[in-house]
Amino acid sequence: MHQQYSIQNLEKKANEIRQDIIKLLVEAGSGHSAGPLGMADIFCALYFRVLKHDPANPLWEDRDRLILSNGHIVPVRYVAMAHAGYFAKEELSTFRKINSNLEGHPCTKKIPALETSSGPLGEGVSQACGFALAAKMDKANYQIWCLTSDGEHQEGMTWEAVMLAAKYRLNNLTVIIDRNNIQIDGNTEDIMPLESLRAKYEAFGWHVMEMNGHNMREIISTLEEAKAIQAKPTCIIAHTIPGKGVSFMEKDYQWHGVPPGTDIPGEPPKAEQANIALRELRTLARRIEAADLD
Amino acid sequence: MNYHLEKNYLDESEVAWKKIRDGLGKGMAELGEEKKDMVVLGADTIESSRAHWFAEKFPERFIQVGVAEQNLTGVSAGLAYQGKVPFAVTYAAFLVGRPWEPIRTTICYPENHVVFVSSHAGLATGQDGPTHQMTEDIAILRCLPGFTILCPADYEQAKKAVRAAYDLKGPVYIRGVREATPAFTTEQTPFEVGKAQVLREGKDVTVIAHGFMVYWLLQIAEELKDSLSLEVINAHTVKPLDEKTILSSAKKTGKVFCAEDHNIIGGLGSAVAELLAEKHPVQVFRHGVQDIFAESGEPKALWKKYKLDKEGTKKELLKWLK
Ligand SMILES: Cc1ncc(C[n+]2csc(CCOP(=O)(O)OP(=O)(O)O)c2C)c(N)n1
Ligand SMILES: [Mg+2]
Repeated sequence: MHQQYSIQNLEKKANEIRQDIIKLLVEAGSGHSAGPLGMADIFCALYFRVLKHDPANPLWEDRDRLILSNGHIVPVRYVAMAHAGYFAKEELSTFRKINSNLEGHPCTKKIPALETSSGPLGEGVSQACGFALAAKMDKANYQIWCLTSDGEHQEGMTWEAVMLAAKYRLNNLTVIIDRNNIQIDGNTEDIMPLESLRAKYEAFGWHVMEMNGHNMREIISTLEEAKAIQAKPTCIIAHTIPGKGVSFMEKDYQWHGVPPGTDIPGEPPKAEQANIALRELRTLARRIEAADLD
Repeated sequence: MNYHLEKNYLDESEVAWKKIRDGLGKGMAELGEEKKDMVVLGADTIESSRAHWFAEKFPERFIQVGVAEQNLTGVSAGLAYQGKVPFAVTYAAFLVGRPWEPIRTTICYPENHVVFVSSHAGLATGQDGPTHQMTEDIAILRCLPGFTILCPADYEQAKKAVRAAYDLKGPVYIRGVREATPAFTTEQTPFEVGKAQVLREGKDVTVIAHGFMVYWLLQIAEELKDSLSLEVINAHTVKPLDEKTILSSAKKTGKVFCAEDHNIIGGLGSAVAELLAEKHPVQVFRHGVQDIFAESGEPKALWKKYKLDKEGTKKELLKWLK
């Protein structure tokens, strides 16, 4: 199913994904930068290593189900899917434009392989529970992966689902939290404190793991381990850096919902932002490549 | 009636394009100076829904609930029970869509005075796509007893709606729009809740809208004036509907065309059709979002494709009249 990508090749692929995210956002002239860049390594690990899937047969019955709850980070998914062969890379330039399949937020009527339509926050874990319950009824043995953001853990609906998953011992469900510490209006702990996420999930009866969301080796081993946990539903708190790879975007909540080319006081001139971002990512790519040789 | 509209307002290039959500945000920040019992609540969208001007000015009367719209509703209700005047502010879909039943029980049923100020209503929301383009907000609130629904036509009217909402009783919704639209009314333009504005008198057809589409209707009326006399009504208050003004216009023209950036089901068109079916049956046409989810795109491109721009609206009107 997967051509075996080495860790370094996965890192290179993640870097290409980041570059294409920048290009797609610039072309669209609107959309979210921070979340997609921060989740590029995890999406790369999923689509090119961990996920059981077949781009040539997107609705293959035994595929793992990947549910994106925080729909606004869909640029990273579109780019990863295009790289994996779900659709042509040329289509990426239609993102957010009229008559496109690449809606601003995921639309399953246009791309069924997205599994769920989303955008409004806090609705993913519930739906993932539904997928997991159905899989159990069918005695199917694929995995349900639900990607969520930290911000949407402020929605009550998320916790209603967390409770249910424990009740029904949904051990075929893994929730991954993009713990990037930002949301629209600021840092999560200033807007509405979430900590301790770990203690909360554990108190709700989940198995909790944490990982550095930018260490490819660690991502893969943690995701593989999650599949092996049988007693409980599993939550992976992925510590990520929003805007990862682009120095002026990193850890800055102001880049939550805008593309490169946006006037923000204190940031590089808007006309140069995309070039700086791409230059930094290419430099990083060369470093990964150089490391490949030794 | 002199409505004191902008000079040369019919010329799109002469009139300024401003955001209705900006008018709402400025209106709240201004009103906060006078009204010490006014509290604004935000839900992690404060800049884009324009609650931030109030928040910066009156941090002690601003509450940030995070991404939690049901809680936004309940906390607003509690504040209202205690005599405060809460203004809950976020995107329309999440403001009134997510917590509809808590709004019904905690605010509507006890007649709590809470003002819901939205942004991102309609296809005007644009690139975020159908999840964020709220085209059913009026429909789901119109059926709740005692709700006042205000849909300002432009920036200045939005400011006035904020002030008027404060002085009302019970639940109030003000419909905010993300995209800039023609600012054709002025500070001097009167605004009275429940009183529709006959901005242009005519005798052949009544054309009626809320929000920025009122402006397209004014332009269409001017363009068609040699062949057709249109009476243009701004129904900025969708509930309670100004039955008197609409009925008397319908009696005069015998034909009523309604336009809105909202689903044709449950919006202004429905309200007008219900009224006229009972009290003075005439032909009614509901122009708007045709009971579909649209798509991502630039607002102007969407208005064009879904016939909500001036040209599309004019074509639909003429087709109907044929
Ligand atoms: C129900 C709902 N309320 C509000 C929003 C608007 N919104 C979009 S993204 C977002 C920020 C949430 O934080 P997070 O998902 O952690 O953002 P990120 O880390 O990607 O910047 C908000 C409030 C929404 N999409 N859905
Ligand atoms: Mg976040």
